[in-house]
Amino acid sequence: MPSGSDSPARSPRWIARAALYLFCVAALFALDQFVMAPLLLPYVYATIIRIGIYAILAASLNLVNGVTGQFSLGHAAFMAIGAYVAGAMSVAASGLVQNHPGWEGSAIQAGVFLAGCVAAVIVASLAGLTVGLPTLRLRGDYLAIATLGFGEITRVIFQGWDHPFGGATGLSGVPTVTSFFWTYLFAGTAILLLRNLQWSGPGRDFMAVREDEIAAAAVGVDVVRAKVVAFIVAAGFAGIAGVLLVHQNNGIDPQQAGFLNSIEIVVMVVLGGMGSLTGSILGAALLVILRAVVEGAPALSDYARYENVIYPVLLIGLMLVRREGLLGYKELSWKTVTPLFTRWRKLEKL
Amino acid sequence: MQVFLQQIINGLGLGSIYALIAVGYTLVYGVLRLINFAHGDVFMVGAFLGLFAGVSLHQSLWVSLLFSMAGCALLGILIERLAYRPLRKAPRMAALITAIGVSLLLENGGQLPEVFGPNPQSYTNPKTDLPLFIPEHVYRVGGVSIDLPTICIWIATAIIFVGLRILVTKTKIGKAMRAVQHDQESAALMGIDVNGIILFTFGLGSALAAVAGVLFASEYGQIDPLMGLMPGLKAFIAAVLGGIGSVPGAIIGGLLLGVVETLVAQFQGGATYRDGIAFLILILVLLWKPTGLLGTGAVEKV
Repeated sequence: MPSGSDSPARSPRWIARAALYLFCVAALFALDQFVMAPLLLPYVYATIIRIGIYAILAASLNLVNGVTGQFSLGHAAFMAIGAYVAGAMSVAASGLVQNHPGWEGSAIQAGVFLAGCVAAVIVASLAGLTVGLPTLRLRGDYLAIATLGFGEITRVIFQGWDHPFGGATGLSGVPTVTSFFWTYLFAGTAILLLRNLQWSGPGRDFMAVREDEIAAAAVGVDVVRAKVVAFIVAAGFAGIAGVLLVHQNNGIDPQQAGFLNSIEIVVMVVLGGMGSLTGSILGAALLVILRAVVEGAPALSDYARYENVIYPVLLIGLMLVRREGLLGYKELSWKTVTPLFTRWRKLEKL
Repeated sequence: MQVFLQQIINGLGLGSIYALIAVGYTLVYGVLRLINFAHGDVFMVGAFLGLFAGVSLHQSLWVSLLFSMAGCALLGILIERLAYRPLRKAPRMAALITAIGVSLLLENGGQLPEVFGPNPQSYTNPKTDLPLFIPEHVYRVGGVSIDLPTICIWIATAIIFVGLRILVTKTKIGKAMRAVQHDQESAALMGIDVNGIILFTFGLGSALAAVAGVLFASEYGQIDPLMGLMPGLKAFIAAVLGGIGSVPGAIIGGLLLGVVETLVAQFQGGATYRDGIAFLILILVLLWKPTGLLGTGAVEKV
């Protein structure tokens, strides 16, 4: 354990990590400015952004559905709440900017965007608290239905809320701010935080709850607290994803808070393997790419209508054939990838 | 007062539909402890099969109804056999995810142009342009109007309720169903064919959903592949409200939910919050009385 003599040695490591993080941020910015934005087709660029956004959604839902072993069917609602809050702020700000000709510029937009992120996280987390506190006492399928109900209630509330959320037609006119840089800055940070959370003290509580609630309670884990904390954190990250999405699509409509969107995120988590962080990211990437290819490739336009049948078939097939998803509880890392190459090298030698 | 009475009548009509679907949920949940998410979509398929029999095969109400019931029973049995049975020993989560998958498959598959197509279809006779099975007679009783489809729904609900009551309490197969509901393993040890009973229950529940589908379509005049989504979810809420696993509970829950929803829509002057109120009821029931109105709580053993 760290004693007094250790701490001077620890602080440079902390500084080194911060420096590494800042370096990564700068590298990401440079990558966006000089490689991604100028060289890629807009469709590919947008698809890459969507992968990042859905990676945040899937990774955060994985915290609830995979790590904590609950079953939430309302994740899209938190995403929509974040999107609506930040989107409305950006719309209001762009209205103000138009009245003051000297105020234009992307710096203001980015500032409002960041303020929107903060607001979205706060509101979505509060929503997570309000929903989680009562419903997380329920088990299994009842929790699934209750969270599904919450999603539908959210959809209905936004449908009836005309000002400033645009009622049934939804919010429009949100400026485009989301870029490769912003998406992957948030996605990378979110994934890092989620990983650290999972292997921290509270994270181990989550996993204990997943394995056996009664046993966890018996060794002193506050079960309800663990579930609610996981739910709130996941809701906050979903809020961030919503902010990115609304500034990418220039708007959002109430339908996106509903059941079908939540299922899409569940499919990603299930596909990748419930409980595996990298698995859910992989699941998100695969499904976004699949969707982009089916919708974008002219040769496949005849088959685009089958796209919506793919999800349910994937779900049923996975459950019947490979219930643990692509990765199960395993994580993709250099440790799991490099042996593949070394084995290959050994084969070469023979 | 008249408006209020009228809304109660309308609510009871809607509630009877919920009740008919909820009975299917409750039966299946009883024997399998599984929320059959696809049940609302079986209801949708029932409506489409009725339309097919009535328009393409030129059959009467009774033949179409039987056709639709048989088709849905078969569909229910297929779903159980292919999607749920392989997962019976798996964790509950896996079965739940599969159930959601089956539901989405029916909804999204139904929207394919090769199946039902995405557009709403009207439930009318194409030659005469009149309602397909049940004419739109409206009766006026003391300032309150009731139409014929609603009366048919009431009668059907009453007949089915009495029939199920007799089936479950008086017949041998009903006894077997109750035994499976109580304890599958012991039931198997007593020589009950558990798989057969589960298939029968799925078939029965799906056939009842088909009745609800045809009657619902006759009342509202239009059907589409997504029509099962909301009624399905609300019927589930009705089943929980009444106490899942209990047939009288499902009927009472359905009627209650229908009336409350209609009154809320009337009070608010629009349908916006109508969908929300049902889910609010669900969450409140689950929190305060998870066993529902008539359900009996099961003690969980460690």
